[in-house]
Amino acid sequence: MDKMPAWADVLLVPLVSLILAAVLSALVILGIGENPLEALNYMIQGALGSTYGWGYTLYYATNFIFTGLAVAVAFHASMFNIGGEGQATLGGLGVALVCLALPWPHWTLALPAAIIGGALFGAAWAAIPAYLQAKRGSHIVITTIMFNYIAFALIIYLLNNGLKPVGQMESSTAKFPEGAHLPTLHDMLAVIGIPFSKAPPVNISLFLALAACYGVWLLLWRTPLGFEIRAFGKSEPAGKYAGISPTKIIMIVMLISGGLAGLMAINTVMGEAERLVNNSVQNAGFIGIAVALMGRSHPLGIILAGLLFGFLVQGGAELAFWTSIPTELIVVIQALVILFTGALDNMVRMPIEAVFTRRRLAQAGRAENTPRTPGNSPPPTTAAE
Amino acid sequence: MTFMTKLLGGAAALAISASAVAADPAIIFDLGGKFDKSFNEAAFNGATRWAEETGGEFREVELQNEAQREQALRRFAEAGSNPIVMAGFAFAGALSEVAPDYPDTSFVIIDMVVDAPNVRSVVFNEHEGSFLVGMMAAEASESDTVGFIGGMDIPLIRRFACGYAQGVKAANPDATVIANMTGTTPAAWNDPVKGSELTKAQISQGADVVYAAAGGTGVGVLQTAADEGILSIGVDSNQNYLHPGKVLTSMMKRVDNAVFTAFSDGPGLETGFQVQGLANEGVGYAMDDNNAPLVSEEMVAKVEAAKASIISGELSVHDYMSDETCPALDF
Repeated sequence: MDKMPAWADVLLVPLVSLILAAVLSALVILGIGENPLEALNYMIQGALGSTYGWGYTLYYATNFIFTGLAVAVAFHASMFNIGGEGQATLGGLGVALVCLALPWPHWTLALPAAIIGGALFGAAWAAIPAYLQAKRGSHIVITTIMFNYIAFALIIYLLNNGLKPVGQMESSTAKFPEGAHLPTLHDMLAVIGIPFSKAPPVNISLFLALAACYGVWLLLWRTPLGFEIRAFGKSEPAGKYAGISPTKIIMIVMLISGGLAGLMAINTVMGEAERLVNNSVQNAGFIGIAVALMGRSHPLGIILAGLLFGFLVQGGAELAFWTSIPTELIVVIQALVILFTGALDNMVRMPIEAVFTRRRLAQAGRAENTPRTPGNSPPPTTAAE
Repeated sequence: MTFMTKLLGGAAALAISASAVAADPAIIFDLGGKFDKSFNEAAFNGATRWAEETGGEFREVELQNEAQREQALRRFAEAGSNPIVMAGFAFAGALSEVAPDYPDTSFVIIDMVVDAPNVRSVVFNEHEGSFLVGMMAAEASESDTVGFIGGMDIPLIRRFACGYAQGVKAANPDATVIANMTGTTPAAWNDPVKGSELTKAQISQGADVVYAAAGGTGVGVLQTAADEGILSIGVDSNQNYLHPGKVLTSMMKRVDNAVFTAFSDGPGLETGFQVQGLANEGVGYAMDDNNAPLVSEEMVAKVEAAKASIISGELSVHDYMSDETCPALDF
């Protein structure tokens, strides 16, 4: 059944994709007359060379874990949710409304409320495309991507009409009250005496993201609902035959997916900006698709892929600060990585699979040519086993 | 092996460059881009002029999106850049977070006020400069209808529009002012196509002079005005050269001087609130060979007279931002 061993599937394919993307990026950098090795060095130093760099890398990784999980959960039911961007945008609105609604006395009270707010708004934004898919057969890809634009426009409208304090020029909400500020990794590590840079915005949401990973794993592989989701995703007719309601699965899966995307706002809106600004998602919703693809829709893979993309985004930002590589080309480089690891997955996977298949066939051929002796045959199994 | 040597070499180079960075000034451009021929470019020109005159070096970065502001500020502050200049009102939120964390770094914000002991806030009296170009627009207009095209719809840009409309009405009380804004997001600073559309719409309403206060969007406004054979007014930088003989004048806002002064003052610069107005030539109107045929001596005399009475306090131009109302224009 398996065309290649698990290690090749999980490690070799992403690695080859990454190397291809890196080679092409190096050519781009060479093409504009910069040194690719120096650029790589800036990226590694800037993203992993200090607790400051790590802080930002982990901050971005947190976003990508949430959005990656959102896409992955939907993938398991064969739903391609590319509305993470819009769902996270609306999640931000939910978080902001919760944080501004009360003069929160302490973050331990504000956080659970904001989690509910963010997840609820994100899920609500996914619910409409989900309903249209389940009941009307409108393709989820089209509806979710259209809902992204509606979300952007809605946020711009709300920020300029109502949410923006009078007299303020920047289109953002007021700052959240002191009691709604989340502890950063700096604050948390200081308790146990580990020094960590104060500047980066990485905060308690990182652990929330890891908890969400565990939760998704539990849901998908340890509950009857998860089994139904996966069975439905593998084959809809078989699922129906087994008594699984497509409407129920599509709705539940999209609500969970939207809720996870909405939770991302805990990190960006509540953790970093401490107010709702325009464009707070910063493409994390789209990058989440690449993260889910690269992580093979498994929570563990998503954590690793999230870290990789966190590194790329932070490293890319560092490139913009310290080299004369124009920001547009940095976007090109990030896009190349997404293209190779996400969209062109099969381009790498198929040749590698072919190599493994040929090797296995060759081995099988050799095995057939050697005469079998009774001692080599496996011991007969008994019913008692 | 060679890879390792190169990598180590690169690391050494990085270490050297990192130490060289210390105490160099830095500038962060706002969305709209460094080469918007207007606001950001004026800031860039000020920084370049400083580098040429002193032989110094400076760090710069163009933002990719609005959520990056705080990171950019922290990055430069962590690296020891000093002073750090921000071109744009939108940095106010991020700066009020970051400034207290780096008390030894001097920050300069243009177009907005941030109250912190290590921040210099430079604001311009755009309404005064706009008043003067408004007078010129009214004088030059034959249809008695003039246009205003703003970038992002914020109080700051309304202040331009309001000053302009007051100037128009002062020169010709019967004139009509049509005002449009490009949008409500920072994308409005860099949308020349929309700028062009708005210009055409205003022309169809009879405008024969348009004033663009819209950053990079203004490039489209000036282009369309020149193509359609009407006059335009540039903003921030001297944009008269973009279409010689077609640009009536430019409302100069000396962002370049603000950046130059900040860089020259260096670390530990004097902080506080700085107003750049007509009196200290922070704002004004641009005259050069490109627009000389368009502006009569009589026009200059009138404008100079108004300038003198604004400086002396005889004539006061209403500031939209003081109470968010405008006596000469409805938004």
